[in-house]
Amino acid sequence: MIVAERKPMDEIVAMLAPHRKVLVLGCGGCVTVCLTGGEKQAELLAGQLRLAARQAGRTLEAAFDCITRQCEREFFDNLTEDPRTYDAVLSIACGAGVQYMSELYPEVPILPGMNTTFLASNVAGGVWEEYCRGCGDCVLAWTGGICPITQCSKSLINGTCGGTNNGKCEVNPEMECGWLRIYERLKALGQLDNYRTLRAARDHRKDRGGGVRRLVLKDMAESQESGNE
Amino acid sequence: MSEPVSKLESALRAGTFVFTGEIGPPKGTHIEPVIHEAVASLKGRCAAVNVTDIQTAVMRASSVAGCKLLLDAGVEPVLQMVCRDRNRLALQSDLLGAHILGIRNVLALTGDHTTLGDHPQSMPVYDLDSVGLLEAIVRLESGTDMGRDMKGNPNQLDGSPRFFKGCCVTPCAEVVDPQIIKLEKKVAAGAQFVQTQAVYDPAAFEAFMRNVESLKVPVLVGIVMLKSAAMAKYMNRSVPGVVVPEWIITRLTEASKEDRQKVSIEICGQLIRQMKSCCQGAHLMTLGWDHCVPEIIAAAEA
Ligand code: SF4
Ligand code: SF4
Repeated sequence: MIVAERKPMDEIVAMLAPHRKVLVLGCGGCVTVCLTGGEKQAELLAGQLRLAARQAGRTLEAAFDCITRQCEREFFDNLTEDPRTYDAVLSIACGAGVQYMSELYPEVPILPGMNTTFLASNVAGGVWEEYCRGCGDCVLAWTGGICPITQCSKSLINGTCGGTNNGKCEVNPEMECGWLRIYERLKALGQLDNYRTLRAARDHRKDRGGGVRRLVLKDMAESQESGNE
Repeated sequence: MSEPVSKLESALRAGTFVFTGEIGPPKGTHIEPVIHEAVASLKGRCAAVNVTDIQTAVMRASSVAGCKLLLDAGVEPVLQMVCRDRNRLALQSDLLGAHILGIRNVLALTGDHTTLGDHPQSMPVYDLDSVGLLEAIVRLESGTDMGRDMKGNPNQLDGSPRFFKGCCVTPCAEVVDPQIIKLEKKVAAGAQFVQTQAVYDPAAFEAFMRNVESLKVPVLVGIVMLKSAAMAKYMNRSVPGVVVPEWIITRLTEASKEDRQKVSIEICGQLIRQMKSCCQGAHLMTLGWDHCVPEIIAAAEA
């Protein structure tokens, strides 16, 4: 899932300063699951913004709403509030939701209430950790199911650097060295040959070096087009 | 076997025990003192001198510039090249540039992470890793680069470089096997010599050397001068894969302030004497105490 964290209050307050009437819009997708951008958080944030404005001697009308997902057109039909009747919308979806909504409501400023951070798993109560960078060319098959792009601070592909210190990564003593973990796992699986094999330099066009990436399911895209005719 | 491309390669082939040194370019343009010191203390004693590449991710003048000035001063340089700061375009370009300037030894390194240095906000690149960098060098030597033309054929170079290619290893890492496998990959990718991280444990080093015997590449054991007991303790705490044993810390603690440099030289000499028979040379990292190199070599040969 996608993890996003709420921006610091000061930054949000400054962002909203020119506006008198704002809608805080939550998203029922990933950010609801990681308890940062769902309906509850939208309601809470709207209240906090009204309070902050009052304390600063300003008036701010802040309402809230939430839809199932902000990254899909059809869910916007379920809005209770009409964004066009607001000076601005503070979206607390991930960056995809914010941008997609901007496209759907070109006349309304859609502002980001979150910093979108990473693709995560929920590793413990209240803890989400990064597991995947969406590199576009998954290597987990030969790394014992542990991602070197994410779990190695340098995204190395041929094995550990000299920075492994007591099993930790040189970048952060709290973080385990991803390559040491890969080594241990491959060893346990009897697959050390996967470590021994030379890996060619990666093709960053599949990553973020080739512009916007798209997934087109041909059949579905075509049938939709003919259905629209 | 083809002609050696550098004096370092010849010396290692000849089988004499080789010493190499290391200098770091300044943070600024005032490089003369560093070159002067290298000429005064290392020239004629070290087969070649490494020039570090933005070491520990602390911004400094370029390694290529330092190498060129050493060459002009009659000292053979080893160009250290890290993967942290340049993508494959820039790395290949700088390799061609280095060859054009007369630089013939390259040491391919991963490079300490950007967040450890003095520009922690910068982008860590690592487009290639150290294995990939060695492969890139070999590709350039063969007359092509890493790219392809419209027909999918490798791009041809107008004149190709040749280098004596080195790599690094941490022989005393707590878990050494993944280091050894990575070293095997570096050699398979083209590494012709090995320079190690600092070693203070001759027994562990000997065991490591037995493990890599089959690789048949010369190994220069890394000797980092310990300037004080505090520095030794710091290394134990913070430098990955480096263990300074108690006897060294005790000797440094017991030495009076005036004697410390002398004791430090003796420790280096003793370590080299103990490890000399199982490796092909020593890479001396004096961290600015270049003037100690002649005495370290004398102590090592005693
Ligand atoms: S290799 Fe790529 S796709 Fe696979 S887990 Fe890692 S970042 Fe994600
Ligand atoms: S210490 Fe391990 S995780 Fe950290 S950069 Fe090196 S290989 Fe990657």
